[in-house]
Amino acid sequence: MALIHLKDICVSYDGKSDILKKLNLNIEKGQFVSLLGPSGCGKTTTLRVIAGFIDTRAGEFIFNGSDYTRLAVHKRNFGLVFQSYALFPHLTVFDNVAFGLRMRKTSKEEIKESVEGILEVVDLSAYSKRYPKELSGGQRQRVALARALVIQPDLLLLDEPLSNLDAKLRLKMRVEIKKIQQKMGITTLFVTHDQEECFSVSDMVAVMNKGVVEQYDSPEKIYSRPKTEFVARFIGFENFFSLKKQENGIFLTDSGISIHIDEEETYSDREEVFTGTIRPENIELLPSDSNQTDNVIQGSIEVRTFVGKDYQYSVDTEVGAMIVNSSKERMYHQGDKVKLHLPSNKVLILKSKED
Amino acid sequence: MKNNKILVLVVILVYVFLCGPLLIIGATAFNSGNIMSFPPKGFSFRWFAMVFQSETFMTTLGISFQVAVLATLIALIIGIPAAYALSRKNYRGKNIVQNIFISPIIVPGVVLGFAFFRFLIIKLQFGVFLSLLIGHVIIVIPYIIRVIGSSLDNLDFSIEEAAVSLGATKLRAFFLIVLPNITSGVIAAFMLAFINSFNNVPASLFLTGPGVSTLPISMMSYVEYNYDPAISALSVILMAMTVLIMFIIEKTLGLSHFTK
Repeated sequence: MALIHLKDICVSYDGKSDILKKLNLNIEKGQFVSLLGPSGCGKTTTLRVIAGFIDTRAGEFIFNGSDYTRLAVHKRNFGLVFQSYALFPHLTVFDNVAFGLRMRKTSKEEIKESVEGILEVVDLSAYSKRYPKELSGGQRQRVALARALVIQPDLLLLDEPLSNLDAKLRLKMRVEIKKIQQKMGITTLFVTHDQEECFSVSDMVAVMNKGVVEQYDSPEKIYSRPKTEFVARFIGFENFFSLKKQENGIFLTDSGISIHIDEEETYSDREEVFTGTIRPENIELLPSDSNQTDNVIQGSIEVRTFVGKDYQYSVDTEVGAMIVNSSKERMYHQGDKVKLHLPSNKVLILKSKED
Repeated sequence: MKNNKILVLVVILVYVFLCGPLLIIGATAFNSGNIMSFPPKGFSFRWFAMVFQSETFMTTLGISFQVAVLATLIALIIGIPAAYALSRKNYRGKNIVQNIFISPIIVPGVVLGFAFFRFLIIKLQFGVFLSLLIGHVIIVIPYIIRVIGSSLDNLDFSIEEAAVSLGATKLRAFFLIVLPNITSGVIAAFMLAFINSFNNVPASLFLTGPGVSTLPISMMSYVEYNYDPAISALSVILMAMTVLIMFIIEKTLGLSHFTK
């Protein structure tokens, strides 16, 4: 059984609208799991439910086989790293880190040993007598991490811990965090709105939207095979069009063009109309006299923008506006008639909302 | 330019009206004669000596001190949890609770004093000292709640959550983490409440009685029958004391705590 088992969790702050709507999530021991989503999607709320700061309206939270739903925060033994770090301003780095151990009535010698050990891990041994205000952002971040880790928590909870750091440090710290997590083998839940940050370190990613988990998969899987339109949009798919199922592997666009799709997976047999999607860089942009005929949509260039690596075109097509990234080798101009080739192995069928 | 001159004049006038009486009191305190006259006739410290020898002034000074210290401590014990609840929790009717706690500042002191008198002394038959103490606790609570409340509002709530997540109970988290970080607010609140209780006249007027009186009240009754510079001397002592307290606060915490 999974280490963490969230079942049908409902949370509402005002008693009317639900922040979390029957949220389900399972996390295996030792995994690094991220909650990813736009602000207001409920990811921090989920973390705070697990930490114990928020009471659920319904549902249960099972941790390692026991019911934690109503367990007091201080009995949970979870390490928390806050977005603001939340270091104790009146205590030195050493005392900050030692706080959790003192609450556990650990002996003085053991505290000294553990704290010094963990400060070495986060590379802060020289700073143990400093106060938080005498540290840089990155150092504070590491103190917060050390403080959460020194209690040997059953679970490490990270609430956007990198968002207050500058870009360079953020990159370095996420590698640090991942390293420490691997070394200690600690199950970790990481909340972030930064897609790249989350994909780079996670074993599993839960993409959240409006209080539910839309997709829970490995980062690779989410990147290559989003299941819902929301997830697809969130990770950079920009073209969406409706497709009507004709027979297995063959779909019709609204304008009646048949599109072949390699992937067998369609989500429901009842369903006839689906949403298809494709990444801008996966569309092949061809001149109108090209002899490619399969999976081709006609259109004309509306806008061309330069995005560094290549050109991005907004193309007006028979199935609506499509965004296409195309190499610099051949440049098209506004009004040019073009063909959009949608490779059959790149078009994805999304789950409809009702499922 | 013309506007500016008028403004300067107004400011000067305000200062004259504010400080003038105090300066005159200060000067009369050093009279060597028996009458509170200005400009002072002669120079002596005899009225200061007289104040310290006066049994009435010394007893009531003691009572004022006791009441101020006790009332402030009790108000802190009530006010800190109240300020915490007002700052941290969200519940229905929070505004009403807040307004009730602050209301002793809004209600005129005389009205408050009369209410205390009717309720504590006549109805409940409490002793004079106890009534005085209860009255002062109620009078100073708003200051405690305001000052400590602003300290709490400026404190990052997540440090308390961090403490709890590290295994501290809520109570331990409060004493080990929250309280040490609002010490300056607590000290400021103490000073402010102390001064307010010590200087209070309107409510004390109703609550003092035979044998139990506060210094401001005994000063008032003294002035009714005597017109010697002893009162001036005492006023100078009190002013000096207040200035000293304010100076200590300013040096240690900054007066900004009162204006937040």
